[in-house]
Amino acid sequence: MTMASAPAVRDGFDVIPPSGTARLLAADGPSHVAHLAGFGPMPSGRGVDAVIAELDMAGIAGRGGAAFPTWRKVAAAAQSGRGGVVIGNGSEGEPLSAKDATLLHTAPHLVLDGLLLVAAALGADEIDLVTTSAQLAPVRRAIDERRDAGRIRVRETQDRFVAGEASAVVNAIERARPIPRDHAVRLTVSGVRSRPTLVLNVETLAHIALVLRFGAEWFRSLGTPDDPGTRLFTVARPDGRLVVEAAGGTPLSTVLRAGGVDPATVRAVLVGGYHGTWITADALDTPLSPGGLAAFGASPGAGILMVLPRGECGLARTAQITGYLAEQSAGQCGPCANGLPAIAEAMGRVGRRDRDTSLPRRIRELTTLVSGRGACHHPDGTARMVLSALETFEHDLRAHAVGLCQETAR
Amino acid sequence: MNAPTRAVSVLHVDWTRCDARGSCTELLPELLRTDPWGYPLAAGGGSDVGVPAHLEAAARDAVGLCPVLALRLITPAD
Amino acid sequence: MNEALWALGRGTGVVALALLTVTVVLGILTRSGRPAFGLPRFAVTLVHRNSALIGTAFVLIHIVSLLFDPYAQLNVVDFILPFLGSYHPFWLGLGTVGVDLLIAIVVTSLLRRWIGQRTFRVVHWATYALWPIALLHSFGTGTDAGSGLFILFAAVCTLAVVGSVIWRASTGFLLRGRTEPDRRVDPSQIAADPTLKELR
Repeated sequence: MTMASAPAVRDGFDVIPPSGTARLLAADGPSHVAHLAGFGPMPSGRGVDAVIAELDMAGIAGRGGAAFPTWRKVAAAAQSGRGGVVIGNGSEGEPLSAKDATLLHTAPHLVLDGLLLVAAALGADEIDLVTTSAQLAPVRRAIDERRDAGRIRVRETQDRFVAGEASAVVNAIERARPIPRDHAVRLTVSGVRSRPTLVLNVETLAHIALVLRFGAEWFRSLGTPDDPGTRLFTVARPDGRLVVEAAGGTPLSTVLRAGGVDPATVRAVLVGGYHGTWITADALDTPLSPGGLAAFGASPGAGILMVLPRGECGLARTAQITGYLAEQSAGQCGPCANGLPAIAEAMGRVGRRDRDTSLPRRIRELTTLVSGRGACHHPDGTARMVLSALETFEHDLRAHAVGLCQETAR
Repeated sequence: MNAPTRAVSVLHVDWTRCDARGSCTELLPELLRTDPWGYPLAAGGGSDVGVPAHLEAAARDAVGLCPVLALRLITPAD
Repeated sequence: MNEALWALGRGTGVVALALLTVTVVLGILTRSGRPAFGLPRFAVTLVHRNSALIGTAFVLIHIVSLLFDPYAQLNVVDFILPFLGSYHPFWLGLGTVGVDLLIAIVVTSLLRRWIGQRTFRVVHWATYALWPIALLHSFGTGTDAGSGLFILFAAVCTLAVVGSVIWRASTGFLLRGRTEPDRRVDPSQIAADPTLKELR
């Protein structure tokens, strides 16, 4: 899938943009020197309209899970005028996800470039990079290697599931408690200390850094029209994780293989992380683009692909995940704080092969009760994943109801 | 989540503040029931409820009488 | 005329204390999230607010009538700065403190939407100081303090408030809401459940 691209001339340097699917991970190392050698110098600042236009043409969408068109977020922030806040979100609340951490360890300068370019275009007067304890050192090291990144304030946040949500990141900065806010007022209107705030995932920022160097056309030279460019995926196997960069529209099986998984050993994959959708072994050639996954009611999300091996029970695993998600609720919102533990309890009984046949119905009722009734999408995402499990593992449900498990053959 | 048209006002529930006090469900029984844990439940679920014109006064009462300021009425003029 | 003002001062003082008692009890009921006395919850809140405002009106008449009563020997400064009065300065001073607190509480309540819930709540806690201050003031300065009827009245008010506060501090006070750990399942138990791990 390699495609040659024309060299781009930037400020007197001949820089060949990355060809092949290694883009974010193309440099030889995390140092500033390796970054410059691999990607060339940071492009000179452009006005916000030019930046928005380039991002729109590139068709890049957020890589933090919500997949909102990036140009639209930047445009919304621009509408609030200059003097706002730009935040790079490297909190990566999902425990299975490793792409943001990997990016900050292996290509921090792309993230810093992206932050500085967006902040300059918007005239922001505060730049924050929020991440968890393990990533603080490489980020600070990268900042110290340059002269232009002194303004970036590195902030630590907790390693909790909802801490990665955009308004939770704002709260982590403003109140030291990474819990979500009510979404009635958009962050791009009022965020950190009531100032317009733009929160972008660190992978999105890295892509922005490359788009503004090599152009929208280069970005689109890989991937599909509806999923241009490349994405980072975390392949989560039972024995370890691997981060893979793949072009948009790559089939699930291809990414799994690149992540060290033999598709023949797979029972199902949870695509999109703990708020994602289960896809069974017979559908492993599905392209991992928003369009390809929509047929299953799924989306790439933040790129987590959790493998459920053959011989392991999907319902038991779902129950375990649901217990975790319930425990990770911020506890602010009644429907979530009450509903998720109730779902987890019912799901736990399903997983343990409780013969109560009313459990699936009860779970479905609870998912309807919690969806959309919270400050963030934690309850909705949990509901979606659980419903997907009930649908995908329907045969197992019937077996469990009589005390058997087909998958574990007991 | 409901997505009412702009011709109608929208009652927004701030779940981070809502503490299941129950005043709103008494003042707007046509729009809000009570879920098993005491929280206001709109017919279509979600955090935003369309408020028809004849219930707007009652909705304003609900907003003003919520002990924890968890409600906000967004009118088409906004 | 002076007799009338004095009577007005005492009368409105007693009524104000009664209304303040009602307000405190209804405030605690509002917090519990329960309907009461045949009133739905929103009505409990409404009556609580109204009795507070009416009570405040009575306090205003109380202090204005006493300002014009020469027997009370009050100056305008006594309504703002406590303990400077000539007649029973300490007990009068408590009244002044009470009025100051009342103003703060009422103003923050009326402007709740604009100053925010947190500030409103913090100031509102002062009502637990306001009520005993009002009661002590009425005993200290009130010329009816010795009367059996007043003692009975004060006892009833005290019983109502103390009873409500004890109820307020008890478990099970809240009908619903965030702080009900016993109603909830412990989800971390489910996550850690060994039978839910690899069932092979």
